[in-house]
Amino acid sequence: MAKNSAPVKIRGGMRARRIATDVASYVFLTIICLVWVIPFVYLVLHSFRPGPGQFTTKFFPEAYTVENYVALFTDFNVLNFPRMFMNTLFIATCSCIISTFFVLAVSYSLSRVKWKMRKAYMNMAMVINLFPGFMSMMAVYFLLKALGLTEGDKIPLAMIICFSSGAGTGFFVMKGYMDTIPKALDEAAYLDGATRWQTFTKITLPLCKPMIVYQVITSFMGPWVDFVFAKVIARANAKYFTVSIGLFSMLEKEYVDTWYVRFCAGAVLVAIPISVLFLITQKFYQEAMSGSVKG
Amino acid sequence: MSNSLAKTAAAHRKPGKSGSLGSALKNGGPMVWLSCLVMGLGNILAGQFIKGLLFLLIEVAVIVFMFLPEGGIHWLSMLPGLGDRPMQEIWDEEEMIYKYVIGDQSNLILLYGVATVCILVALVLFWRASVRSGYQALCLKRQGKKVPGIVDDVKSLFDGNIHKLLMTPPFLCLLIFTVIPLLYMMCMAFTNYSKVGDHLVLFDWVGVKNFVSIFDSGSIIGKQFMDVLIWTLIWAFFATFLNFFLGTFLAMIINRPTIKCKGLWRGVLSLTIAVPQFVSLMIIRNMFLERGIVNQMLQNWGFLAKDATLPFLSNATWARILVIVVNLWVGIPYTVMQVTGILKNIPAEQYEAARIDGANAFQQFRKITLPYMIFVMTPYMITQFTGNINNFNVIYLFTRGDPVGVGNTAGDTDLLVTWLYKLSVDQQKYDVAAVIGILTFLVLSVVSLITYRSSGSYKNEEGFK
Repeated sequence: MAKNSAPVKIRGGMRARRIATDVASYVFLTIICLVWVIPFVYLVLHSFRPGPGQFTTKFFPEAYTVENYVALFTDFNVLNFPRMFMNTLFIATCSCIISTFFVLAVSYSLSRVKWKMRKAYMNMAMVINLFPGFMSMMAVYFLLKALGLTEGDKIPLAMIICFSSGAGTGFFVMKGYMDTIPKALDEAAYLDGATRWQTFTKITLPLCKPMIVYQVITSFMGPWVDFVFAKVIARANAKYFTVSIGLFSMLEKEYVDTWYVRFCAGAVLVAIPISVLFLITQKFYQEAMSGSVKG
Repeated sequence: MSNSLAKTAAAHRKPGKSGSLGSALKNGGPMVWLSCLVMGLGNILAGQFIKGLLFLLIEVAVIVFMFLPEGGIHWLSMLPGLGDRPMQEIWDEEEMIYKYVIGDQSNLILLYGVATVCILVALVLFWRASVRSGYQALCLKRQGKKVPGIVDDVKSLFDGNIHKLLMTPPFLCLLIFTVIPLLYMMCMAFTNYSKVGDHLVLFDWVGVKNFVSIFDSGSIIGKQFMDVLIWTLIWAFFATFLNFFLGTFLAMIINRPTIKCKGLWRGVLSLTIAVPQFVSLMIIRNMFLERGIVNQMLQNWGFLAKDATLPFLSNATWARILVIVVNLWVGIPYTVMQVTGILKNIPAEQYEAARIDGANAFQQFRKITLPYMIFVMTPYMITQFTGNINNFNVIYLFTRGDPVGVGNTAGDTDLLVTWLYKLSVDQQKYDVAAVIGILTFLVLSVVSLITYRSSGSYKNEEGFK
């Protein structure tokens, strides 16, 4: 990359100018990075701040304590953070399995099998994706209610359905990736007498590994970060809150004064694993983008 | 269905004709015609008992469903009127209490009605498939060839017909939990299902009245719609293009050959992507509140008088500008990541040739980098633009659509989607919400069609290869 834009040689007069631009660039980048990290620094600092209240007069707290973190795991009066965490873990695991299977199935069918309604299905998915997701949200809620899934311990099931049922339209990246796998591999397998199911499981899936990891983690993260759909379904049933609804409700008017610092603590606890997972997806995504079959 | 069945198995040999419905009805003879009434009859006669029985079972199940007391016909017959019996209070003499008799619930009638229509459409598709498959099976039998049995059919699901096996579960889920709700919601746009006028239990069809009132700029709702629409487009424009240009600028600075620690700069930026938006945006919102840390710091440093505050989120113009700026904070890292990848792909020879011809850095950027990036980035920009029109998170988490003018249902920073959310979830005005949803869809499809068709990468796919 450096080769692309670096001049072949630096002539004398340009040297001073180059250094000046470099200094300016570094200053600019430092300022930019400061702007980008300030909210996170603020979040972390205030998660260690003693005492309730959502507003302070100082950017840096005067004292530090871990009691906000402790309170999250000991004070279950209003909101039970560990339970929300387990709820989310369960929902995320189930919906990630279902949606990964859906995405793989749809992508393979669209990429490898030529069937009559293939184009029609892809167009339909495109059109569906253009509708704002919230438009059908209330309708989905009514539908789940009619199916009796919005009461009591069926709420997690309803959430799993919500998070994974739309996976059939999210095939674009995966299909694009499968398209890059040479068809010759499949044909060679057919010649050896393999069925399509065998080529799917023995050839396509192993070659898609980086993309599958990417898909698994992305769909696993969905329930952790989405609060809109889950909130509509869980309504006031605090027992079935996911982490994001819980954190969101900590900032509601009646709780915010006591729960603000705990919100910061909880947000840090959620943000760390999510960020790590995100970095992993990036690694696999880049690996995937460098091509399916090398050499 | 039959088409692929025929193709499937070249192993089973093709039946005489590739068996479209027309040819099946024309050449099929009495048995095929009879199997139009009794689904699966053709298959059973040809020896495919299980397949035929399955078709028959589907037919019977649908018929039973239709004629149940609370079944399909009941819901279909209620659909035009959407029910009119309110809940009734009846005095029970024996137990000396009031008993409630549940009346009609229009939203259930509408939902089940839409579902029934979908079931009927599915039945027609199955019917078509059964007639064709019966015809093919009979043809095979007449020609004295082996008719594939149930074992062959199941085997073919793992081979030539694998798409049927793989597509069915995702497609069914999509149909039930996305398509039916969408249709249901679109129907709502033509009713008066709303808290206004107490139409939450019983409502009626009102035709295009809701659309008329939205487009009537004299009405309150119409004026708000125009305001929100214009702001949505302004927002999407600025959010997309500012992100693109500033992000590209930043990426190119980081990409300068003399800049060290490229990974560090990019890593810091991608923090925004990694941390969930509801965390980061709610923190930023808190910082900008009236008593938030930003105002406090400005006071501490003496830029503001002790009790003076800047109206970051309470003044429409401030809030609008701020939300665009905050969106830059959210969006620039994405652009930087995209652009960095693209910059790597520009062939180095082009720059070398330009340098030999004496082009300076700016000329190189304008003549080589920019055209290449615009070419590659157009599809990305379109998705960004439509994504910004639909950008629920930034608006809802950061400004919550505030400030809201007196008597308005939409705030000054509300986009169509956040307004839609408020109308349906908070205010229960489902009829208007559905209209907004449909209009948002129209805006999105027009925007993406126009930009996609006029973009270089659509007209000339080979352009830069």
